[in-house]
Amino acid sequence: MSMQQDLAPTTGDEVIQNYTINFGPQHPAAHGVLRLVMELDGEIVERLDPHIGLLHRGTEKLIEYKTYLQALPYFDRLDYASPMAMEHSYVLAVEKLLDLDVPIRAQYLRVLFAELTRIKNHTLNIAHHIIDVGAMTPPLWLYEIREDCMAFYERASGARMHAAWFRPGGVHQDVPLKLLTDIAEWLDDRMPRLFEDAMSLVVDNRIFKQRNVDIAIVSKEDAIKWGFSGPMIRGAGIPWDIRKSQPYDVYAKMDFDIPVGTRGDCYDRFMVRVEEVRQSVRIMKQCLQQMPEGPVCSDDRKVSPPKRGEMKQSMEALIHHFKLYTEGFKVPAGSVYVATESPKGEFGVYLVSDGTNKPYRCKIRPTAFSHLQAMDFMTRGHMLADTTAILGALDIVFGECDR
Amino acid sequence: MSHSAPLIHTPDGTIAAITKALGANLVSIEEANGEVAVHIHRDSLVECMIQLRDECAYQQLMEMAGVDWPDRDPRFEVVYCLLSLTKNHRIRVHLATNEDHPVPSVTGIWPVAGWLEREVFDMYGVLFSGNSDLRRILTDYGFSGHPQRKDFPLSGYVELRYSEEEKRVKYEPVQLAQDFRNFDFLSPWEGADYVLPGDEKTGEGATQQKTAEEVKKEPVKPSATPKTTDTAAQTGAGKAANKESVKRTVRKQKATGDKA
Repeated sequence: MSMQQDLAPTTGDEVIQNYTINFGPQHPAAHGVLRLVMELDGEIVERLDPHIGLLHRGTEKLIEYKTYLQALPYFDRLDYASPMAMEHSYVLAVEKLLDLDVPIRAQYLRVLFAELTRIKNHTLNIAHHIIDVGAMTPPLWLYEIREDCMAFYERASGARMHAAWFRPGGVHQDVPLKLLTDIAEWLDDRMPRLFEDAMSLVVDNRIFKQRNVDIAIVSKEDAIKWGFSGPMIRGAGIPWDIRKSQPYDVYAKMDFDIPVGTRGDCYDRFMVRVEEVRQSVRIMKQCLQQMPEGPVCSDDRKVSPPKRGEMKQSMEALIHHFKLYTEGFKVPAGSVYVATESPKGEFGVYLVSDGTNKPYRCKIRPTAFSHLQAMDFMTRGHMLADTTAILGALDIVFGECDR
Repeated sequence: MSHSAPLIHTPDGTIAAITKALGANLVSIEEANGEVAVHIHRDSLVECMIQLRDECAYQQLMEMAGVDWPDRDPRFEVVYCLLSLTKNHRIRVHLATNEDHPVPSVTGIWPVAGWLEREVFDMYGVLFSGNSDLRRILTDYGFSGHPQRKDFPLSGYVELRYSEEEKRVKYEPVQLAQDFRNFDFLSPWEGADYVLPGDEKTGEGATQQKTAEEVKKEPVKPSATPKTTDTAAQTGAGKAANKESVKRTVRKQKATGDKA
């Protein structure tokens, strides 16, 4: 035994040193451009330093040079996995400063598509979480759902991802009745069939549980201290959902449950998202049942543009159209912080207006910032292979994190 | 309240409770657009935040934002957005600072402030004393300047490309094929604070426009010389065209055209 130690000095504990490895920015499990500098003791993560900003495009700076309407499409490009949820916070912030009334049909349409976006986002995240821990079949089925969502996006707005469909005052265009009936049919049949099939393969799967249960446990205190929100805070066992506690649009009329985790580990966060998809289906069905006929955009012509047909008849409408698409509308001076429950958590917009047609300052609160920051303490003491499971359960998109 | 933004109900007595908790550290407190904004002094920040967290139950720091006001002194504003999970209420805490005097860090109260402070430092150059990791966060490695300041150009100063000759990534000064165009849409006929193109000669009072009533009240004066068109000169018309010469040139052109 002693002979062996002398011959191979690396078997002694004191000779082995911690070493640092670079995870990303070109790693498929890094969910985009994340660089993790990890200090490892063997396979155990000792310290983890996320380097972000590799996708920083200066969105907030650009918005300061654009009119309020021109700034809207930038929000689609933040979290490109859930574009309409990003628009939602922004249009609500602008409407709050304007104190603008939104027609009831537009509010229903927004909630309907915000929940469709939640399904779209969660199926992507669930799929990638599963892929990160090694399964292949469920993601392919979940991508079917995502593809359907994109088709609905396209039929409503004309774009599969970057919709720019929510506008201050309502939505850009009404949807055809056939689209609503198709969504209803999809919710009744195809969507639950695909989703439940995919979930039946993973939720009780032994390997999936071994990779996720008791990984990165977050206590309630830590979740509050680290500014968690969305499925992350609910996974830690705090029933906090802005849709319930501070309802916006027609969420106050919706009947849905908030799933919470019991242990605060990766599996809980995963299962919270799975249940949220089912709750989103419930909300969408209620929207479709209750949605009234009527206008889909505010009739305040100083904010929302007239219809094309109206412009052929009315000089006033033509002037409004011209002024809105050159100068844009002016927003009264003031500042608001509006946060909505995006699929990933609290997505907020702190909007400062100086009374002109451009935002003076538009600070975007990304959901990923606080979650990714907490990754250091969540990963400590876990194995290197667990980082992908932890990262998958964080649900991070870098367009939003880096802005 | 007609907008449909997230409904935040401010319970009665919230402002009084915050005023009491912060005491002399409070500069001002106001409610606008349905949101409570608390203004405090920079140096009393940590004390105030502990009071707000422990006595007023604002448990979570959700967001930190910097704002640049070049005309103000001190120039920068730092905004903290707090959330109370138990009272279901949000407030904002504002403080003013400049680039020389650091703001006390709140990382000891909320560890989430670490990155939020790094971002404000990166974007505005506001320093935070007590933050042990005040590196840049969103900008490039080796970046200089603070891009969210109002005097930082939108295009930045350097651009990046891969040089095929040198086989490496190169930084070069920004070269734009077209200058950045910033249109002034702020209705120049309603009190622009600069001289409009074409208006250079007009004096102070020249831009004052008469109202419709003032214009009507002025009596129409009869002209001294009544306008008549008795002679050809009075009509303002020139001499009649020489029709013959026109015909001749047309014929000439036709003739040359045939030859060619």
